[in-house]
Amino acid sequence: MSLITVRNVEKIYRMDGVEVHALRGISLAIEPGEFVAIMGPSGSGKSTCMNILGCLDRPTAGTYLLDGTDVTTLGDEALARLRNRRLGFVFQSYNLLPRTPAIENVELPLVYAGAVDRRARARAALDSVGLGARAGHLPTQLSGGEQQRVAIARALVNSPAIILADEPTGNLDSSTAGEIMGLLDRLSQQGITIILVTHEADIAAHARRHVLFRDGRIVSDEPARSRTVVAQGPAQR
Amino acid sequence: MTLGASFRIALRAMAANPLRSLLTALGVIIGVGAVIAMVAIGQGARRAVTDQVQALGSNLLTVFAGQAQIARIVRGDAVQTLNIEDAEEIQKAVSGVTGISAEYSRQAQVVFRAENVISQISGVTPQFQEVRNFRPARGEFFTEAEMRSRAKVAVVGKTVADRLFPDTEPIGQRIKIRGITFTVIGVMEEKGATSFTDRDDIVFVPLTTAQRRLFGVTHVRTIHVQVASAQEMPAAQEALTELLRQRHRLAPHQDDDFTVRSQADILQTFTSVSQTMTVLLGGIAAVSLIVGGIGIMNIMLVSVTERTREIGIRMAVGARRRDIMLQFLVESVALSVGGGLIGIGVGVLGSRLITRFAGWSTLLSLQAVLLAFAFAVAVGVFFGLYPAQRAARLDPIVALRHE
Repeated sequence: MSLITVRNVEKIYRMDGVEVHALRGISLAIEPGEFVAIMGPSGSGKSTCMNILGCLDRPTAGTYLLDGTDVTTLGDEALARLRNRRLGFVFQSYNLLPRTPAIENVELPLVYAGAVDRRARARAALDSVGLGARAGHLPTQLSGGEQQRVAIARALVNSPAIILADEPTGNLDSSTAGEIMGLLDRLSQQGITIILVTHEADIAAHARRHVLFRDGRIVSDEPARSRTVVAQGPAQR
Repeated sequence: MTLGASFRIALRAMAANPLRSLLTALGVIIGVGAVIAMVAIGQGARRAVTDQVQALGSNLLTVFAGQAQIARIVRGDAVQTLNIEDAEEIQKAVSGVTGISAEYSRQAQVVFRAENVISQISGVTPQFQEVRNFRPARGEFFTEAEMRSRAKVAVVGKTVADRLFPDTEPIGQRIKIRGITFTVIGVMEEKGATSFTDRDDIVFVPLTTAQRRLFGVTHVRTIHVQVASAQEMPAAQEALTELLRQRHRLAPHQDDDFTVRSQADILQTFTSVSQTMTVLLGGIAAVSLIVGGIGIMNIMLVSVTERTREIGIRMAVGARRRDIMLQFLVESVALSVGGGLIGIGVGVLGSRLITRFAGWSTLLSLQAVLLAFAFAVAVGVFFGLYPAQRAARLDPIVALRHE
């Protein structure tokens, strides 16, 4: 059984009475431990797909099975639970809570999980991204790369099956971006499924599989051959 | 999420903007403070009146000359329907009566050497001490014999003693009232001032002396009747009314030419007035609490908008809608509870200051404090509910994209 099975998923937004087809029937299966890059131009539906995979949004039609469970039938509470236990998010703009020390940002998922050994687990997660020494720093006292590493620690802390990273390096310079991607590579090697949205080919090159979106449809879905080949391949803009 | 975690988040949010939090809570601070202070004033007034009425003596009926609508002493000598024989007859004929004090009082000048004061001259009978529970602190009261002989003896109240004899021993001194010389034989114990009168600004002389020697009258103004027990009060009141009607030869269609009041009547009049006042003042103060609640709602709505992105982040990492709801509800309740606690301090301090500087007696009631506090918490919940609901209903995707 696949970890993720998406069948004929459509998403229609209604904006000022005009219907916008963000997804026009996509099907996708992702196995445990895969490292998938979702690519495509703006408005291609990749962000919408990410929101649905992340259980932040519900499809208008179609089914989405996560661990064999049809997510589309679940209520808000069950979705929140899935996000908390099975998924970890990494955003382009880090999305750390302001005025809140790094350690407490990392603790946040554990707070909602009702975990008891929060501080120790959060510290372990921060250590694993190499920021144990910065636990007490506020986001404003951290560099962009450090903030993103805190965000990754937060995504990791509840031992999720899947990490969803939406343009995680979009706000970072290339050397910092390299560090972040190195971190994701390591997580992938540890067996965590990673789904990465990006439009940068060299970032996508870290993934083993490339899914290309255009106009709400998947136009190609193929394994990455090698970094150099992919950089020149169809995924490139 | 636990309540403790919600509380920590709320405290952090409040601490992030301390001035705003304080201003938001100010409405509740003022509201709670006002309720407590206002009720304290009302209760204080009520206690002052109760004390005063109870100081008259216990189980007391008061007969005033003339038909009065309210329980105040009839001024002047327009009504001369009561006399000392009425009093004596009441004591003899009405069962349950344990004491009688007939009084005739008037303002007059009292002179001692170069000092002089205008004071109330009260002609009373010796029984006055027991009936009115008011006794000399030093020296003695006059006796039945002195009463019969219209002796020229006087017992002075504390205020009169202080004014006339600032540095001499009053007892044994000779004072002049309306030109007649009296010997001071006692100084009354201190009763204290009330909101209406100084009960120590008084000179007691035998009733007969006051009537014949000082003022040349034969009637009395009031008769205080002490009854053995509270149970016997209604029967005694009825019996003495009937007795006085007979003695005054009133036909059945005629109104009474006297008024009987019990302490209960007087207390009831004053307590109902002060009760109304307390409720009114408390009510006005409660309105300011509601205004404070609206202030909280306003700021919480602003806060929800400002922290939309934070709400999105929390939802993304697994916060359920009710976690978000709880978080904002706890925050608004924390504001109102904080305001309520400070407000209790303000109310207590305010009551003290009112007593010190305005001289009004205030009585803090635990009930009012708890009620005001509970109301403040309820205001926090009620006015926090809508903003919290708005926060909880946010779409996580929209919230995450919010700038």
